[in-house]
Amino acid sequence: MAALNTQANIKAPDEFYAELLAVHEGRTKAESDALNARLILLLANHIGDRQVLAEALHAAALEE
Amino acid sequence: MSKIFEVPLYPYQRSADQDAETPVRHPVVVVGAGPVGLALAVDLAMQDVPVVVIDENDKVSRGSRAICFAKRPLEILDRLGCGDPMVEKGVVWNLGKVYFDERQVFGFNLLPEQGHKRPAFINLQQYYVEQYLVGRLRQLEAEGKPVELRGGNKVINLSQDEAGAELTISTADGPYRLHADWVVACDGAASPVRTMLGLDFTGRVFEDNFLIADVVMEAKFPTERWFWFDPPFNRGQSALLHKQPDNVWRIDFQLGWDIDRDEELKPENIDKRLKAMLGEEISYELEWSSIYTFQCRRMERFHEGRVLFAGDSAHQVSPFGARGANSGLQDTDNLAWKLKLVIDGKAPITLLKSYDAERLQGADENILNSSRSTDFITPKSEISRIFRDAVLDLSERYEATRPMVNSGRLSVPCTYDGSPLNGPDCATMPERTRPGSPMVDAPVPGGWLLDQLGTGFHLLAIDSEGTDTLRVDGIEVRCLDLSTSDDAIGHLRQRYLGNAAAAVYLVRPDQHVAARWDHYDAAAVKAALRKAIGR
Repeated sequence: MAALNTQANIKAPDEFYAELLAVHEGRTKAESDALNARLILLLANHIGDRQVLAEALHAAALEE
Repeated sequence: MSKIFEVPLYPYQRSADQDAETPVRHPVVVVGAGPVGLALAVDLAMQDVPVVVIDENDKVSRGSRAICFAKRPLEILDRLGCGDPMVEKGVVWNLGKVYFDERQVFGFNLLPEQGHKRPAFINLQQYYVEQYLVGRLRQLEAEGKPVELRGGNKVINLSQDEAGAELTISTADGPYRLHADWVVACDGAASPVRTMLGLDFTGRVFEDNFLIADVVMEAKFPTERWFWFDPPFNRGQSALLHKQPDNVWRIDFQLGWDIDRDEELKPENIDKRLKAMLGEEISYELEWSSIYTFQCRRMERFHEGRVLFAGDSAHQVSPFGARGANSGLQDTDNLAWKLKLVIDGKAPITLLKSYDAERLQGADENILNSSRSTDFITPKSEISRIFRDAVLDLSERYEATRPMVNSGRLSVPCTYDGSPLNGPDCATMPERTRPGSPMVDAPVPGGWLLDQLGTGFHLLAIDSEGTDTLRVDGIEVRCLDLSTSDDAIGHLRQRYLGNAAAAVYLVRPDQHVAARWDHYDAAAVKAALRKAIGR
């Protein structure tokens, strides 16, 4: 029961990518790191499902 | 006026044992008269098990030390007959606040649920807890219970064989020897008994220092636990403010690793920190200060032949979460009834293995929680600090991340899931009272459920018929019949019945659930009781 969706799932991906970069615009590395951490925590909370989160952690680590 | 920790409370007195030709044998010798050793002695004495407590000192602990006593240990102290004076003296609190930088991030309530006799926590200096326990011990002694407390008695040697242990004890009058069927080492994190037996005590060292300042001051802060992450008055570190009785305030400053202890402990330097935190105009008297580092570690097992370990001698945690003295009291709660049954020959000696199984589980839970708190409070890498700060920043605005804020996961009792003593469960009943769980208090006619249980095996029957007091292998199981018709608010139903129409709970002497059914079956109860005593 694969829980993590690793298929393309975002409509208008170029726009989302641009928004992601835009929110980091003009921020220092430290500010961006903090923003990324907040973003991860908010998204993780939205997902909630521990199985999905575990699979996402594993997938992001790019390990076998 | 001298402080109570400066007055000898159990000064050395020569014992007849010191003049005996051959070493006198005692069923139980408890080493250490801290909260854990004293609670164990009181518990055993109440059950008529002769017990001698020895301690190299003769006073209660110097300084407040353990200050937060949690609900379950208060219930244990109630069972031991000394909960009331402690709760009356203590500062009751349920609320905590968390600050980050200059802002309040959020507040929390530890006991949002009604229908409990005891609050989530009281704050009470360890020296008061010891004083009340000594008082209770003296009261039992006066009633003729077999208990003795010997101050100025220091164990200097201990050896054991299968039948018992021999202790050599040094006193002002010179050394003497004692024999014991059982020795319980409640002699603290640096346990000399553990060292004498050459047993390991391993775990994780945290590279950090904390300064405790207990100050006496008139202050108008509410009785809440206030915790600061990275406050302006202690940049990059944490701080804690907590109220104790007698206008004593516990203030904790995280200092970091590379510090000059002697410098930090100078009153003028403590004064600078206090004024930066509380304002230039404060006036106070410094009652006690100390710098501590900490470790999270435990023994491989808490039971070595005829010697058992309880409290900090067996396991040590960081102070965040108040899991030291609280877990030590739960050790004694678990151990006393087992030792009693083994000494009386009513349970096999192997019952004591379940002390290991259950309290190792408790210790591991405490170490895990305490290590996680410490990792949150003192991030060990750049990325862990980034995430920590992100959690705090978000929590000011959103509920989402507040459950991750970890300024100490405050002590809750262990549920002994998978314990070899657990009997049958009933799936329609609430999860929180499954076998292995501590009983959850509830209002019942005439008072509180836990007060009606006392020490001993009990059958709690709710809307059930046919139950009666029974004896199994010489052990009495007293029956407590309750009815949901007396349960207007529904606490009993919610906590013990769930979807079942009736319930029968077999409750152990330490008020943990052994087994439960939705109807009474004497044969099933007998089988579960035998299992609960290790047969």
